[in-house]
Formats: sequence, C-alpha cells, structure tokens
Amino acid sequence: MASAQSARLDKKKLLADPIMVTTIILLIAFLTLFILYPLAILLVDSVVGDGGFSFSVFKRVFKIPTFTTAITNTLKVGFVVGIFATAVGLLFAYVEIYVRINKFAGGLFKVVSMLPVVSPPFVLSLSVIMLFGKSGLITRYLFKIYDNSVYGFWGIVVVQSLTFFPVCYMMFRGLLKNIDPSLEEAARDMGASRMKVFTSVTLPLLLPGIGNAFLVTFIESIADFANPMIIGGSYDTLATTIYLQITGAYDKAGASAMAVVLLCITLAMFAVQKYVLEKKSTATLTGKASRARMLIEDKSVRIPLTTICSLGALFVILMYICVPIGALFPTWGYKFFPFTFKWFNQVFTKYKGFKAFKDSFVLSFISAPITALLSMIISYLVVKRKFKAKGFIEAVSMLAMAVPGTVLGVGYIRGFSGGIFRTGFMQGLYGTGAILVIVFIIRSLPTGTRSGIAALRQIDKSIEESAYDMGADSFKVFTTVTLPLIKDSFLSGLVTAFVRSITAISAIILLVTPSYLLITVQINEFAEKGAYGLACAFASILILITYGAVLIMNTIIKHFGTSRAIKEVD
Amino acid sequence: MAKEKKGVRLEHISKIYKDPKTGKDFYAVKDTSLNIEPGTFVTLLGPSGCGKTTTLRMIAGFESPDEGEIYLGNEAINELTPNKRDTAMVFQSYALLPHYNIFDNVAYGLKLRKFPKDVIKEKVTRILELVELSGMESRMTNQLSGGQQQRVALARALVIEPSVLLFDEPLSNLDAKLRVQMRTEIRRIQQEVGITAIYVTHDQSEAMAISDKIIIMDKGVVAQMGTPQEIYYHPVNEFVADFIGEANFLRGPMVGREGKYAVLEVEGNRTCVEYSDKMKEGETYTMVLRPEAATLADEGSLPCRVVLSCFMGSYQNYHVMVGNTLVKLEEKNPKNKKIYNVGDECFLKFEAESVHVL
Repeated sequence: MASAQSARLDKKKLLADPIMVTTIILLIAFLTLFILYPLAILLVDSVVGDGGFSFSVFKRVFKIPTFTTAITNTLKVGFVVGIFATAVGLLFAYVEIYVRINKFAGGLFKVVSMLPVVSPPFVLSLSVIMLFGKSGLITRYLFKIYDNSVYGFWGIVVVQSLTFFPVCYMMFRGLLKNIDPSLEEAARDMGASRMKVFTSVTLPLLLPGIGNAFLVTFIESIADFANPMIIGGSYDTLATTIYLQITGAYDKAGASAMAVVLLCITLAMFAVQKYVLEKKSTATLTGKASRARMLIEDKSVRIPLTTICSLGALFVILMYICVPIGALFPTWGYKFFPFTFKWFNQVFTKYKGFKAFKDSFVLSFISAPITALLSMIISYLVVKRKFKAKGFIEAVSMLAMAVPGTVLGVGYIRGFSGGIFRTGFMQGLYGTGAILVIVFIIRSLPTGTRSGIAALRQIDKSIEESAYDMGADSFKVFTTVTLPLIKDSFLSGLVTAFVRSITAISAIILLVTPSYLLITVQINEFAEKGAYGLACAFASILILITYGAVLIMNTIIKHFGTSRAIKEVD
Repeated sequence: MAKEKKGVRLEHISKIYKDPKTGKDFYAVKDTSLNIEPGTFVTLLGPSGCGKTTTLRMIAGFESPDEGEIYLGNEAINELTPNKRDTAMVFQSYALLPHYNIFDNVAYGLKLRKFPKDVIKEKVTRILELVELSGMESRMTNQLSGGQQQRVALARALVIEPSVLLFDEPLSNLDAKLRVQMRTEIRRIQQEVGITAIYVTHDQSEAMAISDKIIIMDKGVVAQMGTPQEIYYHPVNEFVADFIGEANFLRGPMVGREGKYAVLEVEGNRTCVEYSDKMKEGETYTMVLRPEAATLADEGSLPCRVVLSCFMGSYQNYHVMVGNTLVKLEEKNPKNKKIYNVGDECFLKFEAESVHVL
C-alpha cells in the first residue's frame, strides 16, 4: 500500500530523534500508570470479586439508601448550580463587554475574575456559615434569626454557585468578545430593540456556549468535595459519600463501585461538553470583531445592571474578607471583640501549623515545576508534532480533567496500596510524599495543558519548522524556540499548578498519611469539628500564600515576559 | 562558498492525503519525477492546491512521500529528518525567532553546527552585508519592515551554506512594489552565490522574472517544465497556456496544407498556422493566440466584431467576437493607431508564426 511508505518514513524520522522517542515513551508510561491504571483498577475491582465476575458489589451499594439519595442529591445540586452559575456569569460578562462601566465597577470585576485562581476550596463555605449560620453575623446579630440553618441543599448551591460563576464569567467574556458587533448593529439597524437584539442575535449565538458553561459547572459541582463536606451537613453528595464509605465504613470495594458511578456521570457530561458543545460554541463565534463595540450608555440599562453586578461582586469579596476577620474573633459566633491573634497563635503552637505549611508548601513547590514542564511538553507534542500515540496522549491528559478528585483518590488507594495489581511491585510508593506529588501533578495537568495548547496554537508553525530546518533536533527546538515563546504560559502554568496543589483536597484527603500534615486537610478537620476560628486562621494564611504566589508571578511576567515581542510579530 | 553544487532529483514521488470531509484518500502529488540541475533557479508554479508546496515540503523533509525517492545530489534523503538535510528554507511568514535579535537569528544555524564564535561573527557579518542589512545586528525582529525581515530569513538560510535553498512563497506577504524589488534581489544573491534554488509561487510574473526553469503543476502532476520562453510560447496544453499569461483559444479542424503552413477552419473561416509533422487532416486543433500577438485591421485572416474597446494607457484593450468565440487583445502603443469602437466589424490580423497550435 502506498501510504505505508510515508508512515514508515515518518517512523524512521521519529526514531532518529532519541530524546523525543524517550520523552514520548516516558509520557505514555506516566499517563497510563497514574491516570488510566487507577481508573481501570476501580472498574475491575467493582465487578471482579472473590467469586469471579459479578455485579454483586454494585447491587450491594445500590441497596445502601444513603448512596442512592446521594446520587439524586448530587445531580440536583449540579443542575441548580449549573443554572445559577451560568446565569450570573453571563450577566457579569454581558455587563463588562456591552455596558459602559465606571472604573470602580471595572476593578470589582477584575477581582472577581481572579478569585477562583487564588481561592482555597472551602473559604466560601466557612464565610457563609459565619455570616448566615445559626450564630451568623447577619442572620443572628443583624436580623435576630436564631434558627437559620445554612447546612444542606441551599447552602451547597449558594456556595458552589459563588465559587464557580467566575469561571463561567471568564468563558462568556471570551465568547462575547468574539461576536462581531456589526451583526448586532445590523439587527438594530433593521429596527430591533436592544432586548430583541439580545434575544434574537446575541443569545442564539451564545447558545452552545451557554450549554458548555452549564456542563462545565455541572461537572465541577458534582466533583466538588470540600464545600459539601463542610456545608452539606447531613445532605450527602457522591463525593462525600465515597469519602465516608472509605474513612467511616472501611468499605473499599463499595467505594470503588460508587466511584465508578460518579466517574460515569462526569465522563458522560464531559463527552457531551467536549465533543458536541465546545466545537459548536467556537464554530459559531470565530468572527473577529471588525471594530470596537458601541457600549451601552443608556442610563436606564446601565445603572441597574452595573449596580446589581457591583453589589454581587462586593458581596463575593466580602465573603472572602470574612475569613481572615473570622480568625480574629475570640469565640466564633459568641464573642467578637476584642480581636485576638490567639487562633493564629494556636495554629503554630498547638496544632503544628508550621509543619502543615511546610509540608503543603514543599510538596506543591516540587510538583508545580514538574506539572508546568510536563504540560508544556504535552502541548508541544499535541500541537506541533505528529506521531501515532499523539491521540492517546491528548485524550488521556484531557480525561484527567473529567475525573473527580475523589474518584482518583479511591483509584490510587485501590491501585497502589498493595503495589501495582496487588503484586507488591512499587508498593513503597503508597503513603509517601511522592504519591502526593504525583496526585498534585495529575490534578493540575489538564489545566496547564489546556493553556499550553492555546498558547502554542497562537504561534506560527513555521517558526519551529524553520529552527528544525536550520538543523535543530526536537529537544533543541523545544528548549530554544518553543519554551521561550510560551514563557508566559509556562510561568502562569507554574503558579496555577502551585496554587491548585496547595489548595487541593479531594484526592489528597484519601491518600495523606499521618506523616504529612497538609493545610487543606487541617482546615477540613477543624471545620468538621466546628473549630471555625482555627479553620479560618489556617485558611487566611493559605489565602496569603496563594495570593502572594500570584503576585510574584504577575511581577515576573511583567518584567521577563515575552508576550509583547511575539504579539507584535503576529 | 566553495562547496560542491548539488541538484535535486525526484523519482516517481507521490503524496497521499486524507480528505478530512469525505475521509477519502487523494493524491496531493502524483507520480512526479523532476530533475533539478545544480546551480539553477527553478520555480514551482501553479494554482493553490496543485501540490507545489507539498513537493517543496517533501524536499525539506517536513512531509514524507508515499511513493518514490528524493535525491539530493546522489544521496537518497527520504529517511533524513529536516535537521539532517542539507537544505534551508525561506518561509512565507518569515518565521524569524521573535525572542532573538537579528544577529542571533542568523547565527542560529551556525551555533547548532558548533562553529567557533569568531567564525560565526565573521560569517554573519558577511552574509548581512550580502543582504544589505549591515548595522542591524542588534535589532529585534519586530523592529524591521516586512522586506527586511524576509532578508533576514534569506540570510539565515544562506549562512549555513546549504546545497539547496528552498523558498515557500517568500514574497506573498509583501506589498506589490517591494515584491518586485525583493525578487530581483533574491535572483541577484542566488546568482552571486551560485546555489541551487527551488522556489514556490503562484505568481506567474514572479516566476518568469527569476527562474532559469519553471515547473508548472496542476492537480498534483507536473504539467510542463521548461524555460520561461518555452512555457510561454510553447505551452503543452490549454491549462499551461491559460495559466501563464493570457491566452485566447480558437478551435477548428485542419482542412488542408499550404506550403509550410497548415490550414485550419475556424468559425467558418480559413486561417494558416505553422505545420508540424504530427498534424493530420480532419483532426481538430486549438490555436493559442496571445493578446499581444494579434491586432485589429480592416483586412486580415479572421473577421470579427468588437464588443469592448477600452483605453488603458500603454495599450488599447479589445474584446472581439470571432464567430462565437471571445478573443481578448492588447494593442500596444495605441496613440497613432486606428481605434475600433464597439460594434465595428473588422479583422483579426496575426502572423502564423505567432500562433501556437495544440
């Protein structure tokens, strides 16, 4: 067959590049071992018991009433949160792109868009409890309501909506920017009112994007562990049920089966989002704006919209500020003054705070550069090179995005606690810091890879080809051309990986051993016990660390970034 | 550059791609054999999608051929990666490394070849002189104009002294005036260095201006290879005739001979063309008539009617109907000539030698 020759030649050319071949092989081994294998073992474990192949474990867990309610709970929460977060995100994006807003509101918007980057997972849960709980500042002391319960369905919904809407907001902002204003101007010109333009032009164009945002939030919501854990009360979701099945009931087989169920739900959602909606939403909105959009100046539109959004943004910011303040109250919900540093003191004196911060920091600090480099290598291979296993690498690293942390955690327990395939091989890995680092890497890899791919797609393919043509091999091309060109993306990937790692909890909480103290696990523990002062103190320091990391990154990018030079060439 | 000049030989090269829509295989390049002599400037010319860029990228090594073998000099290079091939390419988008200055861009290939620093400096300085960019060494690429950037790209390719220089539509991002200037310069430098050059373009005047030989490609196959004159005056088929310059086609059967001429009957009128051995009476032939090869006159070989007459400055543009065939003419220097107006009946006048017969 004719095309066999080019395949043979391509293979030969690839093999002439040993560094590249080694990289690909190591990468495939790494992804298989730490993403595919743990998921596969879950599947195998839940259907293969002592008596061979059977669905008995599934039958058993589906008889556990808490599990079946957890499924409906999770889906209900995910659905409602999806709608809320999408709607609020769309409103914010619309106001930013379409309405003339003043500097103050613009600043608020910027803060809101940055929050999901720096925010540790349970901050909002803590502050909601603090403001609206039984002894909440607002409910009890402002409105004198003494029996308000924030725990449960609505608590989770509010907290998750507030946590995830900035992500939707960023997505919509990107989409709205790509709508050519002349489309809407044409509709206006033909006599449509502003409302009509929105419903007949803007909204239909955005429809796939709305579906996309909804599903992304839905997936995030059902995968979320930290918030339901703290504010869910007795309202259990799948992630928390699985956790309790392992830590409370010691039923690992059952937890595996539950994890498979959760994984199936997220994978199905992810497949729809990735292969149906994402393509559509970019396909309809490829147009570059031909000229700047005429911003809405009309006061009757501007003032209410700006006010609503600003208040919303202020509210979210207030929630974040609550946490450090809460850490200063002498007794949470009872005695507020005078402010005291005793909780911060206790963090370090009584509760090994220093070790917790050191462990979290060191592990994240190790995993961040590895993650950033790996994701850049994966994006380089996916975007710039062609070889057989490329599809596999791309698919598996994207798959990691759809896997909830809890599922991954259970998979690691089942997959590595007795060595690989329970043969004892590599048994030493389990319970070490190394496995925590690996989990951090796997959890942050998809985000890094996605931003790396986006950055690389911006770069003209012939720039790398020219270097290759001049005599550089793949390794040289990557180090002298690709990496310097996507330095910004690499740096921000570095910090994102660090922040994501230091704030991670869902997979880690299942794998951490007493020899490692992690901040997030500590926060969870103290919040569970009701020791909110301590939880807040831990969380405040964590926010400081993450915010500091982001600040440092921005300074570095400002001074050493390459983006300016590249952009002007384009 | 005292290096042995090498030619490029393609033997039965094919490249098959999958159509992303239908999923069917198709030939981007089909069974192409070429022999490019050492030291010549050869242009691959054709409409978009004819396979010219694919051919060039196969020579550079970015694509692998599905059939056939490529030779550089006498060496088969199919299995070599682009970085191991003794070729250097000048890209359409310049493809300069934006994080390096001009000096480092040009020195990139030399550094990879581990030349000592002073040699690199000397070579880069000399080559920048050649492309007339001396003194720009420390500029960044985005501080240069498009033409200057393309010169850097050219210098970068030349400095590693490849056996073959490849150009992938290098001038299509420049404006018209600069294009003309740059192509003269590329030709000058190529002749000065004496390097083998393969140049891809879809601009026929560019191809005419710089090439020793032009290769016309159509739908993945070579339609014709020859000097610009051969291609212009003796196109092998209608596609080539139409693609290079303007061409009018008049068809008719051969009805007899008249001395060294053959007589064709075109739209009911007889006209003489050059006779060749291959022509047979009764067969239909196509006359290729260039717009500048005929004039309008009160008497001549073929009667016609003027449907458009338009003054263009250096020439008068006519469209005339010969029977049912539209013929476009350019009458050069129309100042003191008789101008025919729309509706006028007149004759096409041309010499049998100016007509090419297919």
